[in-house]
Amino acid sequence: MSLQRSDVENIAHLARLAVNDVELDAVAADLSTILQLVEQMNVVDTTGVVPMAHPLQMSQRLRPDEVSETDQRDRFQTIAPATEKGLYLVPKVIE
Amino acid sequence: MYSKSISELGAGLRAGEYSSIELTRLFLDRIGRYDGELNCFITLASAQAMAAAENADRLIRHGDAGPLAGIPIAHKDIFCTDGLRTSCGSKMLDSFIAPYDATVVSRLNAAGAVMLGKTNMDEFAMGSSNETSYYGAVRNPWDLNLVPGGSSGGSAAAVAARLCVAATGTDTGGSIRQPAALCGITGLKPTYGRVSRYGMIAFASSLDQGGVLTRSAADAAVMLQAMAGFDPRDSTSARESVPDYSAHLDAALAGLKIGLPKEYFDQGLDPEVARSIELAVTEYRQLGAEVMEISLPNSGLAVATYYVVAPAECSSNLSRFDGVRFGYRCDQPRDLEDLYKRSRGEGFGAEVKRRILIGTYALSAGYYDAYYLKAQQIRQLISEDFKKAFEKVDVIMGPTSPSTAFALGEKAGDPVTMYLSDIYTIAANLAGLPGISIPVRPVAGRPVGLQIIGNYFQEAQLLNIAHRFQQESDWHLALPTGY
Amino acid sequence: MHWETVIGLEIHAQLATRSKIFSGASTAFGAEPNTQACGVDLGLPGVLPVLNREAVVMAIRFAAAIGAQLQRRSIFARKNYFYPDLPKGYQISQFELPIVGNGSVEIMLADGEQRQIGVTRAHLEEDAGKSLHEDFHGLTGIDLNRAGTPLLEIVSEPDMRSASEAVAYARKIHQIVRYIGICDGNMQEGSFRVDANVSVRPQGEGLGTRAELKNINSFRFLERAINFEAERQIDLLESGGKVVQETRLYDPDRDETRSMRSKEEANDYRYFPDPDLLPVELDDAFVAAALAAMPELPDPRRARFSEEYALTQSEALQLTASRELADYYEALVREAGDARLAVNWVTGELAAALNRSGIEVTQSPISAERLGGLLRRISDSTISGKIAKQVFESMWGGSDSAEEIIESQGLRQITDADAIEGIVAHVVEANLQQVEAYRQADQNRRAKMLGFFVGQVMKLSKGKANPQQVNELLRKKLTQ
Repeated sequence: MSLQRSDVENIAHLARLAVNDVELDAVAADLSTILQLVEQMNVVDTTGVVPMAHPLQMSQRLRPDEVSETDQRDRFQTIAPATEKGLYLVPKVIE
Repeated sequence: MYSKSISELGAGLRAGEYSSIELTRLFLDRIGRYDGELNCFITLASAQAMAAAENADRLIRHGDAGPLAGIPIAHKDIFCTDGLRTSCGSKMLDSFIAPYDATVVSRLNAAGAVMLGKTNMDEFAMGSSNETSYYGAVRNPWDLNLVPGGSSGGSAAAVAARLCVAATGTDTGGSIRQPAALCGITGLKPTYGRVSRYGMIAFASSLDQGGVLTRSAADAAVMLQAMAGFDPRDSTSARESVPDYSAHLDAALAGLKIGLPKEYFDQGLDPEVARSIELAVTEYRQLGAEVMEISLPNSGLAVATYYVVAPAECSSNLSRFDGVRFGYRCDQPRDLEDLYKRSRGEGFGAEVKRRILIGTYALSAGYYDAYYLKAQQIRQLISEDFKKAFEKVDVIMGPTSPSTAFALGEKAGDPVTMYLSDIYTIAANLAGLPGISIPVRPVAGRPVGLQIIGNYFQEAQLLNIAHRFQQESDWHLALPTGY
Repeated sequence: MHWETVIGLEIHAQLATRSKIFSGASTAFGAEPNTQACGVDLGLPGVLPVLNREAVVMAIRFAAAIGAQLQRRSIFARKNYFYPDLPKGYQISQFELPIVGNGSVEIMLADGEQRQIGVTRAHLEEDAGKSLHEDFHGLTGIDLNRAGTPLLEIVSEPDMRSASEAVAYARKIHQIVRYIGICDGNMQEGSFRVDANVSVRPQGEGLGTRAELKNINSFRFLERAINFEAERQIDLLESGGKVVQETRLYDPDRDETRSMRSKEEANDYRYFPDPDLLPVELDDAFVAAALAAMPELPDPRRARFSEEYALTQSEALQLTASRELADYYEALVREAGDARLAVNWVTGELAAALNRSGIEVTQSPISAERLGGLLRRISDSTISGKIAKQVFESMWGGSDSAEEIIESQGLRQITDADAIEGIVAHVVEANLQQVEAYRQADQNRRAKMLGFFVGQVMKLSKGKANPQQVNELLRKKLTQ
């Protein structure tokens, strides 16, 4: 599978990554090479093979419904780029 | 002194021959002297280290100190450390002061270990040479023109150059074992779920596992003892009991069944590296082990599979770096989309972006089945190969890396060639199995690693097998010239 | 052309757990912004989710309540998209294997007709935070207190054909989740949110293109939003236009729906199993324990009420509308011992008083126990029904028992025949003209005229005279 500039633009938008015009062709070429490597997978017939999402055969453990966390807002917000009145600030969200 | 083992240093501390403060100062001095050229550390924690050493000395005097009390170690900069910058090797987290400790960090703190600082790494652990770090490449102490391997390159080089006694690392596709091999030290990646992932910044959640880089298997046993065990904050943490790793080190190897996968010795392997591995295997025969050839028929697909699974998970794991609650935020965003795109575009390096894009593509509508689902199916086949192999043998041995350390810049421009550096280590991550790399006969002065892969939760056996070799050889004691 | 409206609902019910679905932060409503958002809720680097047991228990109860297939193995998946109220850049939800499979509920329409509405699935997921648009010099403020609150998303089949059916279904789900105690149902606070998928088609043809309506926070608005949207689509189609598949916001002030442009771009959520969470596997013991404290459900309870307390269909329906009301009624019957008297009071005086004060039965100042005390005094003729209403008023405003009020205000009914006779005699003396007229009248007219004398006696006795005795004595005296 060989990716075009437009494919890269679409993926980059989904991933919210700025890729500038100059880089687009190089990125498309890099990604295409990686996809060629990845497509070695196609040599194996995997019909009927159960996909493996996880290395261990364990089931989800459940936590008791208890409030164990305390308010650490001030601490958490000292590392935030922009806050006001306890809120995280972002450019206007249009709905 | 700086080449002593953890148990020797512990004995010296308890006997009052020296204090942890002295020991800590010694290693901080070495860092001051050598790290300019090696670039192992991203952040030093000298003041905290001295305070921790003082505290450890008090514990030691009171006689209630464990084997790690007062021992200077370093953490890969992927583990969150409360109040200390945790950068993950990325511009994205250059100003990120973690507000909490990773479980691994708090357990080692509780064991009295003294953290000297945070070690350099490939950005978000994505790389095999430590060249993708925002903080610059790490150099291999055996030859400053060589890479140390990656992604735990800073930890590996620091341990090899004796800038710390031991260091933590993480291994998603070989990131502990490969740099350990390239730097001539011991690197253990435990079974998936053995060590808590809480507070370890995620790259690929179903593959990531924390482990250790040390100078010997005996040291690794002490470190793992403190780190391993169930953590209620990690749903993927195993409830398996933790054995006494040091107690099993000396067990005899007579009758041990070693499998050599024929696929690990094919044309991609440097013949001299192959020779070193054969010599090590011969040593094991002499120790009473039985050696046989086995096959892992799907192992050739491990790299391809990995480069779908790992990027897919990473593309999602790294979405939280959006410039809103922490981390890098671009200047003057025009609107929300601009905030996201430029913060991420400017905050992440090329390799990280490449993997996010590949992973996004593999999960996107219309491609999920062909890439992600297919990769999960092959992952199953690879895992079954191991299950079958472990019906016949106790452990699997082979090279850790197809070649010795390569030159800085040699593979940096070619992602796929770089990816193939992990061709022998990746399968163990896909299956979730434990693996260890130990130094064997070097080639042309460059270290070579023997990889031993064990069955699930058989870390004690791996450490035992590695330790017995280290009793018979002294490759692990070799010190790079000039350190 | 005859158009048919096709409606399916997606209901998000916030589960009434103490802590969040994947973290130990509190879910209490109304806290200061971001004070209930812990590291996991903020998506800090390195944090991991651990599933809340109670959320799973609640989903199991819901499955049982709608007779749905409970999936013994379910999987959490990540739904990937960027939005400022979604801290991790993905929402943990369930996609391919939801915990609750196919089920159904029965709704009753206004004409008494019953219909089955299919529930396709219900899955567990985490809620997002909130965006606040006021007062930040053109910026948006993000509060993540709500992020990570457990939700059960209940997806219906497109089985409804009118806004009123959709409302009946939504009310039914609302009733069930409140009955089984998994959701407080507060629509104003957003604990129970309804999105409607609406399409129209010429009767008997295949499904039309649907629009998804959001921002509906009451049943009334649900009905209006659907009606507006169906008309909009019909107008569009009849004038040769086409319906676009899109999300539309309901604006209650203008009573219209409008396109939500920011979400118009085609979404590609890239769902995949969340590698931080393992499959949820439920064994028999766990399921049994989850269902052990399951309360009686509304439909069976309604049937039992009709039977056991000899109620009409509509009384039973009204009394079982909420579990709290049904519980109140049953407690009252136990106290008062008279199911008929109890239903009259609960649907009469009590309902009216609650309505006047705008409160729920759980907040009633008169407990079932206190009201029972009052009803007992009616049953044993200590007071009349009319006086009882007066006592009820005093009880509403204070904390005294019916007994205390009757005594302190001297409301005990006069049953002493001599005393009543005295008053009757007085009334007859004082109204000789009317007495004469009564005596001249025929039976029919007499019955009507008696009311005047009864009224006079009751007035003199301050309403305390036993009405039956008054009637009897008057009839006797007037014909003497």
